[in-house]
Amino acid sequence: MNTNEILETINMIDNEDLDVRTITMGISLLDCMDSDVKKSTQKVYDKICRYAGDLVKTGEDISKEYGIPIVNKRIAVTPIGIVSGACQTASPIHFAHALDKAAREVGVNFIGGYSALVHKGFGPGDYALIESIPQALAETDFVCSSVNIGSTKAGINMDAVKKMGVIVKKAAELTADRDCIGAAKLVVFCNAPEDNPFMAGAFHGTGEGDCVINVGVSGPGVVRAAIKKSGDGCTLDEIAELIKRTAFKITRTGQLVAQEASRRLCVPFGIVDLSLAPTPAVGDSVAYILEGMGLEQCGAHGTTAALALLNDAVKKGGVMASSHVGGLSGAFIPVTEDAGMIEAARSGALTLNKLEAMTAVCSVGLDMIAIPGDTSPEIISAIIADEAAIGMVNTKTTAVRLIPAIGKKCGEELNFGGLLGGGPIMEVNQKSPAAFIHRGGRIPAPLQSLKN
Amino acid sequence: MKAVIAVIGKDMVGILAEVSSTCAAKKVNVLEVTQSILQDMFVMVMMVDTSACTVPFSELSDSLTQLGTQMNLKIHVMHEDIFNSMHRI
Repeated sequence: MNTNEILETINMIDNEDLDVRTITMGISLLDCMDSDVKKSTQKVYDKICRYAGDLVKTGEDISKEYGIPIVNKRIAVTPIGIVSGACQTASPIHFAHALDKAAREVGVNFIGGYSALVHKGFGPGDYALIESIPQALAETDFVCSSVNIGSTKAGINMDAVKKMGVIVKKAAELTADRDCIGAAKLVVFCNAPEDNPFMAGAFHGTGEGDCVINVGVSGPGVVRAAIKKSGDGCTLDEIAELIKRTAFKITRTGQLVAQEASRRLCVPFGIVDLSLAPTPAVGDSVAYILEGMGLEQCGAHGTTAALALLNDAVKKGGVMASSHVGGLSGAFIPVTEDAGMIEAARSGALTLNKLEAMTAVCSVGLDMIAIPGDTSPEIISAIIADEAAIGMVNTKTTAVRLIPAIGKKCGEELNFGGLLGGGPIMEVNQKSPAAFIHRGGRIPAPLQSLKN
Repeated sequence: MKAVIAVIGKDMVGILAEVSSTCAAKKVNVLEVTQSILQDMFVMVMMVDTSACTVPFSELSDSLTQLGTQMNLKIHVMHEDIFNSMHRI
């Protein structure tokens, strides 16, 4: 029995916000397809309730037994665009309501998978599903939506990009009375992972099994505390080593929880997503880690380099701690969910341009960024296209989750509360990309895709 | 299974007695105890065997947490695997 190790673990949980961010159960709905929408939605509801009935209780039991907080229990399902394609005459919105009802019944925090994969073209149910996203997000509480509009292998579907600019804006408009929260539950991806346990982008890919348990870890507070303790004299390679050691410990916790959840629920273990996911709680911030490395404020020159070091060290430390690593795995930079980023955006140190550069070296993209409500759909599409291009060329996942703050301007704030946080509306370059976006078509896959 | 009970707080008379009698009442066997004073804080770590425990683990955990609140101490009860997996390869 090593008292120091025991106290170190307890200190991480009590004072440094170590937690397992989510246990996400992936459920395939491919066997719920039916040309009759009533039958199909009933099958969806029944299957989710049957498979995930014990998910929340099991999560709570594990949390209590091991003394580690498990913040969220979530469900990811097969992209509904595939399932709803079988009932061409009915609106896919019925599926959104079925998912919401099932999520409420089993008591999870979110259910992801109101999604379409259209990186090369629209399948039978995809266009109708995309059209229904704003209404679905406005009328449900738990449903999250994502659309994959590009990949390194397929290029970028610019028709889908054009459409998504309109959809993101409409999702915000329909929920304008609730701080435009609809748009906060919608992610536009390039290279979307099929086993991501984090919302709003989680869905259960078609290559996955019938049911699987994926776990997302967290722990920016632990990494920040470790850097702070190391003092100012450390070189960057010593900091990288320190982050690796810390990431290893965090990920081992996730691996333990994943294995235990898998055993108790009799569902195969999928992956551990070794991400540093911040929360609005002070101290649990990725920006503070970067500042701890020596930047005056996140967004200063040097931020991209510091983030690259952090992202790489997290992966190197985490990968040995888990038997299967997947999902997004890296550092997240969601602006409204990170106390340090919110401060940096308020003070003007962190801009949209800097965030775009940062997304080239971290695990996600432009995440949880409030933009002026009068931003045109074409500009939103163009921001999506830029991010998708970074993802496509660098063979990495990029995502865009922008929240057009309807009726508000730069400098005003949105407040979602909870894990989604809140923050200032950031300035957007208003020069028009409309003619470029309206051309439509596809941006061909880059040379990097020709690896065969 | 083995669990770790960690007690942290201000030193006072009867901490060990209270914690161990709560354990004994539930047939939890104390295997090892170590205690020290770190910067005026009392720190006690106990390794216990809960295989004969008469109540579910969550109930044991709740009653010790409650005891901690009464005595103005922080008491954690955790499965030993969390420490093994975090600190051992």
